[in-house]
Amino acid sequence: MDQMKNTVGKARAAFNSRKACSLEFRKQQLQALRRLLTENEDRIADALHKDLNKNKLDTQVFEIIGLEGEIALLLEKLTEWAAPRPVERNLLTLMDEVYIQPEPLGVVLIIGAWNYPFVLSLQPLLGAIAAGNAVVLKPSEVSENSAALIKELIPKYLDKDLYQVVCGGVAETTELLKEKFDHIMYTGNSTVGKIVMEAAAKHLTPVTLELGGKSPCYIDKNVDIDTVCRRIAWGKFTNCGQTCIAPDYILCDKSIHEKVIERLKETIKEFYGEDPKKSPDYCRIINTHHVKRILSLLEGSKVAYGGQYDEASCYIAPTILTDVSPTSKVMKEEIFGPLLPILTVNNVDEAIQFINQRDKPLALYAFCHDKKVLKKIVAETSSGGVTANDTMIHFTISTLPFGGVGNSGMGAYHGKFSFDTFSHHRACLIKSLKMETVNKVRYPPGSPEKVKWIKRLITKQVNFGKLGLVFIGLLGALLAVLMKVLLLH
Amino acid sequence: MLENNESQFLKALQHDLHKPKFEALLSEIAVIKNEAIYAANNLEEWMEPEYVEKTLSTALDECYVLKEPLGVVLVIGHWSFPLQLCLIPFIGAVSAGNCVVVRPSETASNTAELLQNLLPKYLDNECYHVIYGGHKDAQNDLSDLLQHKFDHVFYTGDATTGKLVMQAATKFLTPVTLVLAGKNPCYIDRNCDIYMAARRIAWARFVNAGQNLLAPDYVLCHADVHDKLLKELYTCVTEFYGEAPEKSPDFGRLVSIEHYQKLKELLGCGKLFIGGKSDEGIKYIAPTILLDVKENDPIMEKDIFGPVLPIIKVCALEEAINIIRKREKPLAVYVYSSNFKVISEVMSRTSSGCFCSNDSGMQNMFLTLPFGGVGGSGMGCCHGKYGFDTFSHRRACILRNIGIECVTYLRYPPYVDKNLSLILWASSLSRRSSGWCQIS
Repeated sequence: MDQMKNTVGKARAAFNSRKACSLEFRKQQLQALRRLLTENEDRIADALHKDLNKNKLDTQVFEIIGLEGEIALLLEKLTEWAAPRPVERNLLTLMDEVYIQPEPLGVVLIIGAWNYPFVLSLQPLLGAIAAGNAVVLKPSEVSENSAALIKELIPKYLDKDLYQVVCGGVAETTELLKEKFDHIMYTGNSTVGKIVMEAAAKHLTPVTLELGGKSPCYIDKNVDIDTVCRRIAWGKFTNCGQTCIAPDYILCDKSIHEKVIERLKETIKEFYGEDPKKSPDYCRIINTHHVKRILSLLEGSKVAYGGQYDEASCYIAPTILTDVSPTSKVMKEEIFGPLLPILTVNNVDEAIQFINQRDKPLALYAFCHDKKVLKKIVAETSSGGVTANDTMIHFTISTLPFGGVGNSGMGAYHGKFSFDTFSHHRACLIKSLKMETVNKVRYPPGSPEKVKWIKRLITKQVNFGKLGLVFIGLLGALLAVLMKVLLLH
Repeated sequence: MLENNESQFLKALQHDLHKPKFEALLSEIAVIKNEAIYAANNLEEWMEPEYVEKTLSTALDECYVLKEPLGVVLVIGHWSFPLQLCLIPFIGAVSAGNCVVVRPSETASNTAELLQNLLPKYLDNECYHVIYGGHKDAQNDLSDLLQHKFDHVFYTGDATTGKLVMQAATKFLTPVTLVLAGKNPCYIDRNCDIYMAARRIAWARFVNAGQNLLAPDYVLCHADVHDKLLKELYTCVTEFYGEAPEKSPDFGRLVSIEHYQKLKELLGCGKLFIGGKSDEGIKYIAPTILLDVKENDPIMEKDIFGPVLPIIKVCALEEAINIIRKREKPLAVYVYSSNFKVISEVMSRTSSGCFCSNDSGMQNMFLTLPFGGVGGSGMGCCHGKYGFDTFSHRRACILRNIGIECVTYLRYPPYVDKNLSLILWASSLSRRSSGWCQIS
């Protein structure tokens, strides 16, 4: 479609005009995005309510606060992060400037997701803007109210040429992916992740893929079950389980199995009352397609609590499943809904083995008082990230990279990791044309003496302060004289 | 392995590329040893968890990034530096704790065979494997290999194969690092010490008979210094290789007849200034400089990767920058100038894997600089800690207490506006003190 070509062309022309090079400009855009959030809080909350039945607190906590915090961090740190990063030199380069210069990549494509439509579109956007890129943003069409609002608001606050919003479904995204980008960031499932990577390969475009997986949640026997169940229930049932890092299933010690079920039931009642359908704090499934998908996962397991649903209003009750077979459907694919299967294990080694038999997940959770056991679990498994003794919190710390590994994705973002992901780290060597005597050793004709000198010059790493540089300057001069004398022999 | 078998490696490199002992010792053996020693000396530090700044709400928790191995890494080497381009990524992968399958380039068959024989004698046979299928159907061999699942694939070579590697990796969502050859431009400004520049450029272009990913591919020379440059280039090529470079022990050969033939076709472009002599029997093309080359000549269409240096005369810096920007982002951009403003201008208005002013081809000798491309010249990087990081997964970890529920309770339903105000207030507090705070 020509429209996609034009859109990307506009963004590229704007990038080539170099207006995003200036840090001041980038900061202005970030500040404008902050105004977009503060001036439209109610409209954002309204869109999220229409899409997912999200309430005001969830909107603030899971969408707005995170973005505002990220903007504040970027504004504070941008100058520092965008500055040249000097590196250790060796004897051959001690008079030179050697550093890494972060540079924009060009035009970045960001494909957002529907479960947290604002944060999962706008947080990558922030990083891409801060790194000096032009951006084409494609919010998920599934959360249509949020997508429409993003499309309306972005051009009102941000530069219209550098930052474009494209809306549409599969057909539009397929067309968009035919264009050349300098980086593509996708949040979603691994099937589409592969399609994105395949399209990117045609243009040698690097990708960041934030995918899902089945995030396991291990509960050790000696824990405060009340607190543990509350933290797990919060992580699981927030946004009706539609969170990429929601605890997908529980592996608990056999001895506490019954207590965990009981306590989870009580917690659900505490959170959402006897009938969660009536609670203003309980979300809905995004659409009937997903309702059907989630309900099909109930097959073969016992519903210990919940199980009620109303397809017309996209409602599925918070549900606990027991007698779950490891080979059942609910254990084969990511649930992404309010079903919580509980399986038992005899000990932590069995839990580790169970986890390792499956694809590497985006998150791993473990509840245990013994730090040694926690560290053992971490050491013997792999996952995008880990939160021990809570759920989802590692997402909230901007100094931690957020990303997957293996089937749960590649690359990471948040805070400085976003800036670095959307930058090219260009190795720079600014040499003088002086010190030629030292450099002469590399030219043919070769000799064993020359080989010895070069080995000495390149193996030593040096890092000096200002006084050290003066000293080294003198040493360098002496070295040049010495070499001239020795090589003449 | 390298020390005990140095003479065998030098012999293999001689057979494959007629690599002069001087070059082989420095650009292959020494550089790899350097990398291994650097990794061994710094490994403990690299492996340490990195503790990070916390938010108010996580002040009592342990927050850190753990560096973990990815699993099984595939390293696909390249024939131009058959040892270095296999073993440097190999060292990165090993230091990060992975198991590694190395596939050296079959085009440098002597070196590949030697590596296949020697590596198992020195390193663990279960964790590290060399796959070398001989000179058979190399392309199919590679496709077969890529049908298997790896946890990272590192490829050095050309862009066409790079795309195939990335496409194959898609099947398993395997991350890739691609270091791809391109056309590295070299701009010579009118304010420049031409004597030095000529030497550095000639060295970088003709080392390994031009078969070097970082060699300056073409020169954009300011008209004011064009003739002086030619004079100096003539002098230093003779200094380096003598009147008959085919007799010099310091000048290499092309790796194969196919490669020789591709290069021979390009010799017709522009006007011959130096060299041009060739001998298919010994896969020899003399150090050659071509003048009056046009932008759309065949020699400007793809990377040369041989001892042929086209020189394009430009009237101004702007013209040079435009020529550079029309092409794919290369692995390196070079500028020779004594005017820092010129250097700065070229750096800021072009993009490349790396940038070097007043020298060429030196950047990858430094372990503290990342070696890698951007855009058409690749993605990801290696060398030193960058190798370790490339082959590691950075796992975000937070270890909390199960106690202190008195703060955590604020986030649970049923939601109360009072709690929301408290959370918003706490998060704004945290933002003012740097970082940001989610509820806990």
